[in-house]
Amino acid sequence: MTELVAELLVPFSYNYMLKAMWVSALVGGVCAFLSAYLMLKGWSLMGDALAHSIVPGVAAAYILGAPFAIGAFFAGILASLGMNFVKQQTRLREDAVIGLVFTTLFALGLLMASIWPTAVSIQTIVLGNILAIADEDVVQVAAIAGVSLAIMALIWKDLMVTFFDESHARSIGLNTTLLKVIFFTLLSACTVAALQTVGACLVIAMVVTPGATAYLLTDRFGRLIIISVALGVSTSFVGAYVSYFLDGATGGVIVTLQTLLFLVAFYFAPKHGLIAARRRRLAATEAAA
Amino acid sequence: MNAPVEAARAASTAYGASIAIRNLSVTYSNGFTAVRDASFALDPGTICALVGVNGSGKSTIFKAIMGFVKPSAGEVRLCGFPVDEALKKNIVAYVPQSEDVDWNFPVLVETVVMMGRYGHMNFLRMPSRADRYKVDEALERVGMSAYRDRQIGELSGGQKKRVFLARSLAQEGRIILLDEPFTGIDVKTEAAIIGLLRELRAAGHLMLVSTHNLGSVPDFCDRVVLLNRTVLAAGPTAEVFTQDNLERAFGGVLRNFKLGGRALHDDDDARHVTVLTDDERPLVFYGDRTRQGSDGH
Repeated sequence: MTELVAELLVPFSYNYMLKAMWVSALVGGVCAFLSAYLMLKGWSLMGDALAHSIVPGVAAAYILGAPFAIGAFFAGILASLGMNFVKQQTRLREDAVIGLVFTTLFALGLLMASIWPTAVSIQTIVLGNILAIADEDVVQVAAIAGVSLAIMALIWKDLMVTFFDESHARSIGLNTTLLKVIFFTLLSACTVAALQTVGACLVIAMVVTPGATAYLLTDRFGRLIIISVALGVSTSFVGAYVSYFLDGATGGVIVTLQTLLFLVAFYFAPKHGLIAARRRRLAATEAAA
Repeated sequence: MNAPVEAARAASTAYGASIAIRNLSVTYSNGFTAVRDASFALDPGTICALVGVNGSGKSTIFKAIMGFVKPSAGEVRLCGFPVDEALKKNIVAYVPQSEDVDWNFPVLVETVVMMGRYGHMNFLRMPSRADRYKVDEALERVGMSAYRDRQIGELSGGQKKRVFLARSLAQEGRIILLDEPFTGIDVKTEAAIIGLLRELRAAGHLMLVSTHNLGSVPDFCDRVVLLNRTVLAAGPTAEVFTQDNLERAFGGVLRNFKLGGRALHDDDDARHVTVLTDDERPLVFYGDRTRQGSDGH
């Protein structure tokens, strides 16, 4: 028994594991915060688009030896501007524009990685590698996540009004354009941070699943955020921890955990779950009979 | 007109809930000019209908008042202030069209009404006791107190409308914009909303109502602005809301029934009845006279 406990505590005795766990938790938390908004506006795929679009930026940063966050950030801004520009100038629908821009940039990233294979590890970018994260990268990730979390905590209500009813937001004097710019800037920044923990392919889950799960559990936006962040933090922490025993695959474990919790909510949520809905239907037919 | 109402109106005239639109033109980035050289002015204690076909510029006028679009020429002044300044002062409240609201958004009725108070709070939007009181009061006034813990999608069409009215009450905007407030609600709720608008008018508020519901316009609107990408006519309802003007504003869009002679009377009365409708509540002219509102406005 004590042997088992000792075995389970092993990850906590390694510095790199501790680092991986708390960095993942922080990133998971802030991504979950953003997910509460993203999934409500039907912009979920924006997260995916951003994650793929920043790949060339990260690749360029590695080639130039610059901090990866800077490269990713510029690529993210470029992607959002590009999407907005194409959308405004053409009659193409939003999904087509997103698909067009993000695949273009992702392809560019792959191209750069194949031209300079020694400088860029495409596997690290696409799948993440939190267990082997360098100390200066930890600083970048922690700074991004910490600052984003602080800003979100200050403006969450303004963002809620803006996303719920932009006309009303304007009528109370909010600068809705600025708020949306801030939101998407934070989203790009946190996507970059999440790139380190789960990789470009799975970032989308980090900025969608916790919010979607929380949405099934509450009708109050404030609680939705709290539940979402709690889910993001706990799954990311546990995911990083479990990945020690599975040797790698942190992103896969985190996202699998998030999906499992989503399924639990999907079936068992007290009001919006499948079972509750079935029970209501049953009660209605009985009442009718 | 009773004395307290006059007094309230006089008081509000002092701080002036007014809209002044002068030579407003709005051209969108795709080059489409939605409104050209529109001018009208409205005073406190007024309910004004904004009437016109789809695409006549009703929503552009609203957007200009809300600062969503910048005028390419002319100006909008609210209570004497430029738009951005007026918005910062919480002068304008907006009641959206039902179809513009995401009813699946995870917010409760009371949260929506509390949003009306945000402009009065500090930047963290922490409600004070006064804010909570105003929310309670607004909910009470529209008869929605019992539903405050409901998610907004669980309400009926009329209840949904009342929630957003309560929000505009809580906001205490002197100018209230209502976008198609009568779409998708029952006659009883319509009467309740009109009653509330009259109370607000008596308290000196200025309401601008975009509506397709021509039949009820003479019932509760003192003034009408007829639009067709510019202002065709603006003024007191009795002067502006005439059959000629409406036919000008709507062209062939409205259904127009003219009943007269033997189809209407069994006697020699030669007067006819004209019914104008765009499939909402029809507008009826008896002879050449508009049906007048019951309260004499």
